[in-house]
Amino acid sequence: MTADASADMTDPLADVAWEPGVAKPDPILVADNITRQFGGLKAVDVDHLEIQRGVITALIGPNGAGKTTFFNLMSNFDSPDTGTQTFNGKDLTNTPAHKVANLGMVRTFQLTKALSKMTVMDNMKLGAVGQKGESFWRALLPFTWRSQEKGIETRAAALLERFKMAHMTDEFAGTLSGGQRKLLEMARALMVEPELVMLDEPMAGVNPALTQSLLEHVTQLKDEGMTVLFVEHDMDMVQEISDWVVVMAEGRIIAEGPPATIGENQAVVDAYLGAHHDAPLEWEDETDGDDVTSAAPADGSSEESS
Amino acid sequence: MDWGSILENTLRGFVGEQAIYFALAAIGLNIHFGYTGLLNFGQAVFMAAGAYGLALTVVYAEQSFWLGIFVGLFVFPVIMALILGVPTLRLRADYLAIVTIAAAEIVRLFLRSPKWDSVTGSSDGLGQYADTFYEFSPFEPRTRYGFGPLNFLGNQLWVVIIGWIVVAIVLVIVATLVRSPWGRVLKAIREDEDAARSLGKNAYFYKMQALILGGVIGAAGGLMRAIGTQSAQPDNFITDVTFLAWVALILGGAARVFGPVIGAMILWGVLSFTDTFLRQAVDQDIIPTSIMEGTQVGQVRFMLIGFSLALLAAFRPQGIFGNRDEMALDDR
Amino acid sequence: MPGRTSLLRRLFASFALFFIVAGEPIGLLAAQDDSTTVSGRFRSRGTADDGGDELFEGVSVVVTDASGAEVATAVSNADGEWVAVLPGAGDYVVTLDESTLPEGVAVREGTDPATPITANVGRDNPVIIPLGERVASDSGSIKMVQLFVDGLKLGLIIGMTAIGLSLIFGTTGLVNFAHGEMVTFGAMVAFLFNVTGIFGFKLTLILAAIVSTLLCGVAGGLFNQLIWKRLRDRGSSLISMLVVSIGLSILFRYVLLYFFGGRGRPYRNYQIQKVIDFGPFSLPPKDVVIVVVSLTILVTVGLLLQKTRIGKAMRAVSDNRDLAESSGIDVEGVVRYVWIAGGALAGLGGVLFGLTEDIGWEMGFRLLLLMFAGVTLGGLGTAYGALFGSLIVGVLIQMSTLVVPSDMKNVGALLALVVILLVRPQGLLGKSERVG
Ligand SMILES: Nc1ncnc2c1ncn2[C@@H]1O[C@H](COP(=O)(O)OP(=O)(O)OP(=O)(O)O)[C@@H](O)[C@H]1O
Ligand SMILES: [Mg+2]
Repeated sequence: MTADASADMTDPLADVAWEPGVAKPDPILVADNITRQFGGLKAVDVDHLEIQRGVITALIGPNGAGKTTFFNLMSNFDSPDTGTQTFNGKDLTNTPAHKVANLGMVRTFQLTKALSKMTVMDNMKLGAVGQKGESFWRALLPFTWRSQEKGIETRAAALLERFKMAHMTDEFAGTLSGGQRKLLEMARALMVEPELVMLDEPMAGVNPALTQSLLEHVTQLKDEGMTVLFVEHDMDMVQEISDWVVVMAEGRIIAEGPPATIGENQAVVDAYLGAHHDAPLEWEDETDGDDVTSAAPADGSSEESS
Repeated sequence: MDWGSILENTLRGFVGEQAIYFALAAIGLNIHFGYTGLLNFGQAVFMAAGAYGLALTVVYAEQSFWLGIFVGLFVFPVIMALILGVPTLRLRADYLAIVTIAAAEIVRLFLRSPKWDSVTGSSDGLGQYADTFYEFSPFEPRTRYGFGPLNFLGNQLWVVIIGWIVVAIVLVIVATLVRSPWGRVLKAIREDEDAARSLGKNAYFYKMQALILGGVIGAAGGLMRAIGTQSAQPDNFITDVTFLAWVALILGGAARVFGPVIGAMILWGVLSFTDTFLRQAVDQDIIPTSIMEGTQVGQVRFMLIGFSLALLAAFRPQGIFGNRDEMALDDR
Repeated sequence: MPGRTSLLRRLFASFALFFIVAGEPIGLLAAQDDSTTVSGRFRSRGTADDGGDELFEGVSVVVTDASGAEVATAVSNADGEWVAVLPGAGDYVVTLDESTLPEGVAVREGTDPATPITANVGRDNPVIIPLGERVASDSGSIKMVQLFVDGLKLGLIIGMTAIGLSLIFGTTGLVNFAHGEMVTFGAMVAFLFNVTGIFGFKLTLILAAIVSTLLCGVAGGLFNQLIWKRLRDRGSSLISMLVVSIGLSILFRYVLLYFFGGRGRPYRNYQIQKVIDFGPFSLPPKDVVIVVVSLTILVTVGLLLQKTRIGKAMRAVSDNRDLAESSGIDVEGVVRYVWIAGGALAGLGGVLFGLTEDIGWEMGFRLLLLMFAGVTLGGLGTAYGALFGSLIVGVLIQMSTLVVPSDMKNVGALLALVVILLVRPQGLLGKSERVG
C-alpha cells in the first residue's frame, strides 16, 4: 500500500482549489443544484459537488448536516426536490435505485441492513450481479445457473476470508455482532464489484479491534481502482485514510480540501462549534501542528497497517 | 358418542378435500408472506379467481373445460395480482394488507351483485362445469372406496387423488424456486427491501412475481375446490377463508416448504374433530340446547379458529414445529 | 352468510331520509296441476305510524312469458301480498307497475321493475322486487347536496371509530383488526340496555349510549392491559401482533354472533321518524342527532388533543415514539389512555352506526374496511388524518351512487384510495418515512 500511495506521486487533486463546489480533473459523480426539503427544514442544499475518481473522499459534518440524506439522494433512494446527479457522465435523475447499483454505484446504510434470517454466505451471494438464476424461469432449471453459482461462491468465500469472516460463513447474519454486520455489509457491497462505493459511517459503533481492519479494507478498495466516498465522524480516521474531505453543515457544502487543511477552515470550525457549544474541536490540536499532519496522511495509514 | 364416526371424520379432514384446497391456498400465502414478506389478506380473491375463471369460461363463455383450467389458473389470478400489486407493492407492507382485504370483499360483492346475474349467477353462483374432470375418473361415482375407517365416494376419491398430486407438483416447484437465486432475492426482500435494492435487485418486480406466483397457487386451490364441489359461489370466498389459510400457514410454520401443507392437514383434522364431536354432543343432549344449538356449532368452530390464530401468533409465531432461528412471524 | 349483502346494501342505503322498503316473498301452497304460481309482498319495514310495517295494497304486477306475451296479472291485497297463477314452468318476467305504488315509493334505485324469474312446477315461486324511496325528480344539484350531507354523516361515524384505530397504530404500531368488534360491542351493549333490558330496566337510548361508551372505554383499557401490553413487553413483532388481532377479531365476532344471534335488530323508538326539511336536503331527527353528537365529540377530541397535556403527549408519541420516550413522556401511560379513549369512541360510534341501520354481529367488521380506507387515506397514525380521510371516504361512498349502482358504492371509495396512494404513498396528511 505504502508503495502504491507514494508511487502515485502525481496526486490528481494536487492542483484543485480548496473551495466548496470546485471542479475536479476526473469526476465520477457530479451533483448539481440538489435540494431536499422536509417540511420547513432544508435537509440538503448542494449547489455543486464533484467526486474525484479513484480516490477516497470523506464526507463530514455535524449530526443532522444532511449527509445520509445526500447519500439517499445520490443513490436514488430518495428523490430530490430539485437538481440532478450524473454518474460516469450518465444522468441518474429518473433511474430507479436498483439500476443505480447495477450501473456500478453501491451504497451501504448508516443503520446496517444485515439480512438476519439468511446465512452470511447467502448475504454475500445476494450481492453478485448478473446471476442468471435470479430470473424466475431459469430458477426452475437449476442446471442453467449451478456453475455460475459456484463461481460466485468462490468469490464470496475469498472476500469473507479477506474480511476475516470465513468462520461465520454458515451462521445466520442475525447472530453477528454490530461490527461484524458492518463488515458483512461492506463485503456484500463489494460483491457487486462497483466502481463507486458509498459507505455511510462504516466505522460507527465498531469494536476498536475491528476498526483497524475496516480501515485497511477501505484503503484496499482504492488500491483496487475503486472510488470510495464515506461518511465519518471520527476525525482521526478521516485524516488517516482520506485523500479529500468535503464538509457539510445544515445541508450545504461549506468546505472542501485535503484532510490536513480542512480543520483550519473558519467555516468548518464555526459549523462544528455552532453544533457543540461546549466541546472543543477534536482536531484543534492537530490544526496547530498543521505541518506535521499535512506531511503524509498516507504514511500514517501505512505505519499502522504494517 | 359414536367415536367411530368421529375418528372417520377426523381422518377425512386430515387428508380430505378441504385440507387440499387450503394447503394450496396456504402454499400461495407462504410464497407471499413466508418468503417475500407480503401481507396478503385477500388470498380468497385469488381462490375466487381460480374458481370463477373455470366456471365463467365453461358456463358463460361455453368453452372447453381445459381452456377453463387455463383461464382459472393463469389468466384471472395474474390479472388480479397485477390489479392488486401495481398500486400497492411500492408502498409499506400494511397498505397491501388493507388493500387486499378490501379488494377481496369488493370482488365478492361484485360477484354477488344481481346486476350481472346473467353472467355470474350472482349469489347462487355457477355450477356443473367440471363433468369433463369426472369423466376421467377410474372410480365408480357412487361406490365407496376405503381402507379402514377412511373412505371416500368414487368422485371424491378422484378429487382427493388429483388434489394431492397437484399439491406434490406445486411443492416440487416451490422447493426448487426457493432454493434458487430467485428465491434468495425474495428472502432478501422479505428481510430488508432497501438492502436488496441497494444491491441492484428490482424489489418491485420480484414482489410482483411473488404476488403472481402465490396468487396462481392460491387459484389452484380455488380451482380444485370449484371442481370438487362443481359449484362456484361468491360466499365460498369470504374473508374468513383467507384467515383460515393464514391459520394453516402459521400452524405449519411460514417459510418452510412443507409447513403450509402440514398446517392445513392439522387444521382440518382438528376442525372436523371438534365439529363432529360438538354436533354429537349437542344431538345427544350432552351439551344442553340452552347452551348450544346445532346451528351454533359452526360459530364455535370459528371461535376456535380465531382463538388458535391469536394464541399461535402470540406464543408460537414460528409455527408448531418451527425453529426460532429461521423465519418466524415474529421477525417481521 | 346470506345476511351480509342485504345488510351491506342496507348500510349504504340507510342514510338520511330513507325508510327501508322491501318487497318480500311469501310462502303459498303451490297449485296441484301443471300450473304454478309466482308471489310476493310489498311492504315497508317499520315505517307505519304505530311502528309496524307499512303494507301496500293495490299495487299491480304483470307477468309476461319469454315471448313477451302477457300471461297473468295480479294486484296486492290489504296485507301487501300478491299471487299470480302461471300456465306452467318456464322463464317469465314479472313487471311492477310503478304508477300503482304509493306516493314516494318506487322500485329501489339500481333495480329494474321488470324482474326475470324461472318458475318451477310444484312449488310457489317467490319474487323479490326491492322497493325504496322514490328519488324525487329534484334537480341534480339538490340530490348532490343530499348525498353530500349523507356522506358527511357516514364519514363522521367512520371518523369517530377510526381515530382510535389510527392513534393505536401511531402509538404502538399495531394495525388492530379487532377494532371493528369494539364498534359492534358498543352497539350491542347499548342494545342490551335499551331493548333487552337489565333486570327489567330499560334505559333510554341516550343513557344506554353513555353506559355503552363507558364500558367500551373500560374494555379498551382492559384489552391493552391484559393482552397488548403483555405482548409488547414480550417483544412480539408488529406482524405477529397484527395476526393476533385478526384472531381476536374472528373470536369476538363469533362470540357476539353466538350471544346476539344472526338477525339484525334496531334500537327501541328510533326506527320511524318523520324527516325534517332543511331546504336543499332533509334528515330525520335521529340523523340530526348523529351529526350533532359526532361533531361535538370530534371537536372536543380535537381540542383535547390540541390543548391538554395528555392530548399533546398522545400526538407526540404518535409522531415519534422514541423521541417522546427520551423526552420523558410516560409512553405506556399514554398508550393506556389511547386505548381507553379509542375504545370509548369506537363504542359510541357503534351506537350511532346502529342508529342508521340494524344492529348486527358483522356491522363493525364491515365498518372496519371503511375505517381502514379512511385512515390510510389520511395517513396512517395521525388523528386528524384519520378524521379527514374518513370524511372523504364517507362522502365518496355516498356521492359515487350518482354514477355507480348503490351496491357497488364502496368500490368507488377503494379506487379513490388506490389513486391517492399512488400519488401520495404516505397518505394525505402523513409524513414520508426515512431510509438509511
Ligand atoms: N424522512 C425525513 N423526514 C423528515 N426529516 C428528515 C427525514 N430524513 C432526514 N430528515 C432530517 O434531515 C436532517 C438531515 O438528516 P441526515 O440523516 O441526512 O443527517 P446526517 O448528516 O446523516 O446526520 P448524522 O451524522 O447524525 O447521521 C435532519 O435534521 C433530519 O431530521
Ligand atoms: Mg447520517
